[in-house]
Amino acid sequence: MSIEIKTHSVEPIRQTYAHIARRFGDKPATRYQEASYDIEAKTNFHYRPLWDDKNTLNDPARTALSMADWSAVSDPRQFYYGAYVGNRAKMQEAAESSFAFCDKRDLLARLPEATQKQILRLLVPLRHVELGANMNNSMIAGDATATTVAQLHMYQAMDRLGIGQYLSRIALLMDGSTGRGLDESKSYWMDDALWQPMRQLVEDTLVISDWFELTLVQNVLLDGLLYPLVYDKMDQWLGEHGAEDVSMLTEFMRDWFKDSQRWANAMMKTVTAENEQNTELLQSWVDRWEPRAYQALLPLAEATPGTAALDETRAQLAARLKKFGLQSQGVSA
Amino acid sequence: MSQLVFIAFQDNDNARYLVDAIVEDNPHAEVQHQPAMIRIQAEKRLVINRETVEEKIGRDWDVQEMLVDVISIGGSVDEDDDHFILQWN
Repeated sequence: MSIEIKTHSVEPIRQTYAHIARRFGDKPATRYQEASYDIEAKTNFHYRPLWDDKNTLNDPARTALSMADWSAVSDPRQFYYGAYVGNRAKMQEAAESSFAFCDKRDLLARLPEATQKQILRLLVPLRHVELGANMNNSMIAGDATATTVAQLHMYQAMDRLGIGQYLSRIALLMDGSTGRGLDESKSYWMDDALWQPMRQLVEDTLVISDWFELTLVQNVLLDGLLYPLVYDKMDQWLGEHGAEDVSMLTEFMRDWFKDSQRWANAMMKTVTAENEQNTELLQSWVDRWEPRAYQALLPLAEATPGTAALDETRAQLAARLKKFGLQSQGVSA
Repeated sequence: MSQLVFIAFQDNDNARYLVDAIVEDNPHAEVQHQPAMIRIQAEKRLVINRETVEEKIGRDWDVQEMLVDVISIGGSVDEDDDHFILQWN
C-alpha cells in the first residue's frame, strides 16, 4: 500500500484588521502595527472634557506643532506592550543580579562614610528628577493623539519610575534598608544649593502645557545633557573617588539611555522634516530651555567632574540637534 | 538543474522583521507564506545582513539570534558577525 502525502494550504480571507489593511495594504502585519495604528478615537466627540473646556478629547490642538498624521512618529524599536515588557524584563534581570551581588558582598555599606555621603548627595537625589520625568511622560501620553506617540511616552514614563527605584535602592543598600539614606538624600534635594536650580527646572517642566514642548525639554534636552553627564562623566569621577562599585548599579541607566535615544531621534527627525513652522517653533523652545537645562546641571558638574565635562556633553547634544536642523546656543562647535 | 537556496522561519513576530530585511537585500527572492511557516527561496544566493535587520527591528541584533526561529535551510552556509549567507558553491 502506498501513502501519498499531500499538503493543502488555506488562503486566509484577510491578512489583518481592515483599518491596518487600509494603511499598510492587505498583507501580514506586525504585532506592533496591529497594536499601535489607528486605534484611538478621532471623531464624534459629543462633549468637551470637564477638565479642559477649550479642547475636545484627543484634540490635536494640544500642541502647537502640526503634523498631517501624528502616526508618522513611530517607535523604531517597535515596542508594543508584549515586546516592551519582554525587553525590559531582560534588562531588569541583569540589573537585579548586580544588585544581588552588591547586597551579598555588602559592597556599598563597606564604603567609607565620606564616599557614601557623596553618593547620597550627588547621585541619589536624581530619583526626584526621575519622578518628575515619570509625571511629565505620563502627561504627554495623556495628551498626545496618535497611539504610536502616546505608547512611546507611557513606556518612557514606566522606565523612569524604574530608574527612580534603582536609585532609591542604592541608598537602601547603604543604610541597611532603614530609609535613613533616602531621608538624607531628600534633604539635599530640598535644601542643598547644589540641587535648587535643578529642582526649580523640574518643577517648571511639570506645568508646561504643550505636550510636544514637554517631550522636547524632558526627553531630548534635559536627558540629553543629564544622562551623559551623570552616568558617563560623573560615573567615572565617582570611580576615581573610591565608589567604582556604584557603576555596576547604574549600568541599566546607560543601556536604557542608548535605547531611548533611538526613538527620541526618530521622533525629532520626523517632526522637523514635516514643515518649516515646526522647525521654527522647536528652535524657539530649544533657545528657551536648553540654556536652562545647562544651568540646572552646572552646580552638579562643578561639584563632580568639572564644567568641561558638562560642556562636552553640551557639544554632543548640539551635534545631535544639528542633525534635526536645530541650533543650540552657547556652543561654539 | 535549478540551484535554489532556501531558508524557512516560523511565522512569528521575530521572523516578520527578518523577512522584511531579506526581501530588501535580495530582490530576487521569492517569499512563500505557508501555514505557521515563511519560506524564502532564491536562485543561487541569499544574504541576510545584520545591518539591515537591525534597521528593521530598531535594536542591536546578533546573527545567532535568528537560529531560534529557523526551521530549515538549504544551501552552504557562510556566517560571520555581519552576514549569514546561503549559497551553492
